[in-house]
Amino acid sequence: MPFEPEIIGFLCNWCSYEGADAAGRARLAYPPNLKAVRVMCSGRVDPRFILSAFKSGADGVLVLACPSGTCHYRDGNRQAFARHVLLKKVLSGLGVAEDRIGFESVSTGDGARFVEIVHGMTQRVRSLGPLDIVSPEIKMGRRQEAPGGRNGGVEN
Amino acid sequence: MGSKPKIAFYWCSSCGGCEESIIDLAQDLLSIPEQAEIVFWPAVMDVKYTALNRVADDEIDTVFINGAIRLDHHLEMARLLRRKSRRVIAHGSCAHTGGVVGLGNFHSRRDLLSRSYREISTVNNPDGVLPSDATGPSDGLPGITALCKRVMTLEQAITVDCYIPGCPPVPDQIRKALSAVLKHRPPGKGEVFAEKKSLCDTCPRNDSKPEKIRVGKFKRLYETLWDPERCFLPQEIICLGPATRGGCGARCIHANMPCRGCYGPLENGMDQGSQNLSFLSALIESDDEREMMAAIESIPDAAGLFYRYSLAGSIFGGKPLGEKDG
Repeated sequence: MPFEPEIIGFLCNWCSYEGADAAGRARLAYPPNLKAVRVMCSGRVDPRFILSAFKSGADGVLVLACPSGTCHYRDGNRQAFARHVLLKKVLSGLGVAEDRIGFESVSTGDGARFVEIVHGMTQRVRSLGPLDIVSPEIKMGRRQEAPGGRNGGVEN
Repeated sequence: MGSKPKIAFYWCSSCGGCEESIIDLAQDLLSIPEQAEIVFWPAVMDVKYTALNRVADDEIDTVFINGAIRLDHHLEMARLLRRKSRRVIAHGSCAHTGGVVGLGNFHSRRDLLSRSYREISTVNNPDGVLPSDATGPSDGLPGITALCKRVMTLEQAITVDCYIPGCPPVPDQIRKALSAVLKHRPPGKGEVFAEKKSLCDTCPRNDSKPEKIRVGKFKRLYETLWDPERCFLPQEIICLGPATRGGCGARCIHANMPCRGCYGPLENGMDQGSQNLSFLSALIESDDEREMMAAIESIPDAAGLFYRYSLAGSIFGGKPLGEKDG
């Protein structure tokens, strides 16, 4: 079976989630790999959420914001972008490929762009393969490995 | 005699600084034997490890363990001491969050061994022999202990009751922890012997911190002369005080050095690196993408800096094993 990545998407309530809705209304198909989480603003996405998503079994994380200058909270998306760039640097220091995190903007009603972004992200993460991260015991059932072992599963 | 609590000290993978921090109690150290029976303390007393086997389970009141879990032997000792003790206190950064030792998790076990035993130019090892994984005693040779796959914090290995953060902890907090134990006022489960607020909050330079800080490019210490009275951040020097637990008495700041985060994350279990990342990115956020990139570029080794004392205890715990695309 070919590898199908799990991608967690954090979609801001005001633009990108609306964009995703627009894709739905227009009956546009997009890869089922994306699991969308609605947040009020991309600026709300603490880097901890992204790291936890990876730790919980995600192979990629996508943050979708409002286009520049249209943030509902004035500059949440700008802050989120700065955080994204710095997180990319930290992740590459940890040996995680930069393409595993994405940051894009989608405006309200732009379903086509939403679909295009999800296709691109899925494609990139698929070609990277699964992220073999520290806690295999919670690989969301994809790779069932018995916890335990010598150190009760913590050593890995 | 019978009412004196029994205490023990042990070191795992540590530099010895935490042992030194106990010695730093100075004259207070002398009163410990009057109030407690020290049953085990390899750094100071002549003890045999086998002596621990003669101690009954739960007989030790409190054990202070410093250092990270790096070797199988540490793991074994930590488990043994856990069984023998009613209370375990993680003493120092390495036991608390992995500490500097935890930075080993940026590399695989094989890379570390290969670096030490093959690549260093002064090593003479023509056959490229690496210490093999744990080998038991054989042919009259003693067995050697193996590296764990990962450096672990103490609580990743055993149940820990309290924590004394710091690299090394300041004597005040060790004194507090000791006196709680000796005076039969046991500390609460999960208690961290330090402040609840950030270092920034108690920093002597806090008043000079402006409302809004903007940084175009971070400077390294050798690149600049800084005002010893003003907050480091508006002077474009990275200081991790905003995302680090207070309690150290701002000793680095008093020595005119920025904070590097040894007191760990603000709340136990929080990912210190991502907290550092969050607050620093707020200082460099800008409309001009080039300007922002330049600011980010000026942070050397971001992962190593943000996780300097807490990589092993972080969400990732280190470089994902088996991740090849990095």
